[in-house]
Formats: sequence, structure tokens, C-alpha cells
Amino acid sequence: MPTVIFTPALRRFLRVPEARVGGATVGAALAAVFAEHPALRGYVLDDQGALRRHVAVYVNGAAVRDRAGLGDAVGPRDEIYVFQALTGG
Amino acid sequence: MAQRLYVGTRKGLFELAPKDRGWDIAATHFLGDPVTAVLQDGEALYAALDLGHFGAKLWRRDGAGAWRELPAPAFPAKPADVADDPHPWSLGTIWVLETGGVPGRLWAGTMPGGLFRSEDGGEAWSLNEALWRMPERRQWQGVAGGEQPGINSVLVDPRDPDDIRIGVSTAGMWASRDSGLSWRIINRGMYNEYMPPELRETPIAQDIHRLSRCAARPDVVWCQHHNAVFRSEDGGASWDELTAIRPAKFGFAVAAHPRDPLTAWFVPAVKDERRFAVDAQIVVARTNDGGASFEVLRRGLPQRHAYDLVWRHALAVDRSGERLAFGSTTGGLWSSADGGDSWAALDARLPPIAVVRFADS
Repeated sequence: MPTVIFTPALRRFLRVPEARVGGATVGAALAAVFAEHPALRGYVLDDQGALRRHVAVYVNGAAVRDRAGLGDAVGPRDEIYVFQALTGG
Repeated sequence: MAQRLYVGTRKGLFELAPKDRGWDIAATHFLGDPVTAVLQDGEALYAALDLGHFGAKLWRRDGAGAWRELPAPAFPAKPADVADDPHPWSLGTIWVLETGGVPGRLWAGTMPGGLFRSEDGGEAWSLNEALWRMPERRQWQGVAGGEQPGINSVLVDPRDPDDIRIGVSTAGMWASRDSGLSWRIINRGMYNEYMPPELRETPIAQDIHRLSRCAARPDVVWCQHHNAVFRSEDGGASWDELTAIRPAKFGFAVAAHPRDPLTAWFVPAVKDERRFAVDAQIVVARTNDGGASFEVLRRGLPQRHAYDLVWRHALAVDRSGERLAFGSTTGGLWSSADGGDSWAALDARLPPIAVVRFADS
């Protein structure tokens, strides 16, 4: 089962789990986490289910290609990192 | 609870309590996070955040309790047959929150132009489909040349909660008499200087920065437009330009007196190309005669090297019509207890201010 790890920057707003979940794609793995933590979904995805513009998801160190459909495949030993680039002043 | 003044800024929400003739900061909330809208409804206080990376969020506090996150308004799944819609089907910013005249009912005006309604104090929201699916909505222009239009004002008729009027940046003023089942554009009499000549007077081309209505005489509505100020006596259907406005006709904010239909306040700025206070002096323009004449109020306001701008939701008047407050992009906050005759600065250097709102006990 892949592991999903969320940026600590989200801890300011809500509880952020590190989860081992089922799912053969990034979208399925995230959906499994959001099923347990529904409030988290809107922080990561927009209203159409795509990754928010300034949120990044990496699988084993490589950025996912399908930011709208989240169809990148993941295997049982993969690590999915969800993070953002903080900007501004 | 005593009167409060809430100030939403780019880095948090500031709760001010009366002190002497002015205000002092009594509490801070959401420090570090941009606050875009705030609303008190009875014991409930609502705050909208725009977290940037993580989207727009909505929180509620009941009485002296803890803040709790509510579901944010969300757009439905985008159907395949509207792939060419120029506007995103995803919440950008909650720009304005208003009570709906019915217990529990709230309206949220947003970028990219969706109007949302809750019937249960913000626990659930639904998009106003009639407005969003209107073909004309695709003609709405984005705020400040961006891709997202925004609903900047929601006027609910105090005599009839089903009568809703909205101001849109940039698409004129729209009205519904049936609680949002159908909509029509209503504004006549405005002109937009920056549009091509053939479109100058087109209602949908009007760049309404902000609307404010007289609570006691709801048919009287004031408008700060991109290139003029206007007043209507028929709920926004027809408008007269108030050419006496001084020292400039450009600005964002307007506040209508809650009881006197002839009184309103504006905070003019140098015209749109260079956006700061005229002559680097911060002033408030007040009319007491329906806009036939204006007084330029400056007592207690910075009159030297002040480059502040006051955004559309950052000027407020309380229920009495005596207390006013406004906040600037430079983080200045000024208040008046005498209808604007004199002003006192808050002794603080706040972040850029988006919204100022009184909450009466």
C-alpha cells in the first residue's frame, strides 16, 4: 500500500495524517485519505478535483504528470508527498 | 457584547473594542492568513480566508466560543458542454458575506462570480445556478483585468428577503425578485470611460466598484464606480451621476447612512492610473444633500505624504450613522465618532486592510 505524506504547513489548519492507503493511482490513494479526513480534500484539490495550482504532488521524488485527473500510477511501496511552495511577504 | 469593529487584513483578523473616543485592538484571529470577508449575524461571527495555496476557507465563531471551520462554498462538477466557459468552476475568493433576512440564511459573493446561499448558518452552501448558468455571465469581465469576475456587493431588501441585487466587477448590477430563481441586469444611466465608445453606456460594461444602500430607505442606493459616483432612488434601476464629488471621482469604497437617504461617504483617490490619495492627502468625501454637494473631511487624517488606498470593503458605518471607520492598503485605520467631522488613527501598523465591519451588540 502506498504511503501518503502531507506538508507540515497544513497542520496549522487541520489534523494531517501520514497514511498507508490502498489505491493504484495518486487520485485513488488521495481519495482514500480524504474518505477518512474529508476537510483535507479542499486544501489539496480545487472544486473540480484537480490539484490546486500551487500544491505539488511528488511520487518517489518525481512530480506527477496528471494534475487534473490524478491518474499517475502508484505501487505498494511508493511514497506520495503532498506539499506547496510558500511565497510572498 | 459591546460594539466591536472587525478589520480583515492580509495577515489576520483584528477585533477592536471601543476605547475613549476611538478603538483599540482587543483580540487577534487567524494571524498570518489573508482575511477577505467578515460578517456578524447575531451571536455568530463569520470570517472568510484566502489561503492562496490551499484555497478559500470559511470559519465561524459562536459567541465567545472557539473558531470552527465550515465547508466552503464549492462549484458543482463542470459539465463537458461548457468546456469553453471563460471562468473557472472553482472557488477563488469569498469576497462578500451578507445575511439573508431569514434566520440562518447567508449569501456569499465570490470570485469567479458565483453567488452562493446557505440556509443553515454556513453549514452547507449551494451555488445559485440561475445566475451562474445565465449565458450573459460569460461576458463578465475579470477584476482588474484578471480572469475572474467578482460579486462585490449583495443587497438584500430589508422589506423582502426574496429581492436580491448584486454588484459585479465587472458586469453591472443584477437583480432577482424571486430569491435567485431568475435574474436580470437593471442598471441604466451609468457610463464607463475606458470602454470603446459604442459600449460606454452598456449596462453589462459598467465597472461597479461597490454598492451601498440606505437601510431605512432601501430604494436609495449609492455606487462608487470606476470613473464616477452615482445615486439611485429606485433600487439601482436608474442612476444619476454625482458630479459634485471632490477631490476625485475615482475610488472603491462607499457607505450609505443607515437612516438618512441623503447622506453617504466616499474615499476618493487619484484616478485609476495612479492609485493613491489625491495630493498624498487622505480625505473622506461626505454629502448630506443626496450628492448635490460634498464636504471634504480631513480633520485627523494624514495630510502629508500619505499614499494609502482604501479598498471597496474597507469603509464602514455603524447602525447609528455616527461611527465610521476605514482602513487602507498601507495598514492605516481611522475612525470617527461624529459622522466623519473628525477622525482618530488607530495606534498600530496593521497589514494591508481588505475589509472593515462594525458588529453591533
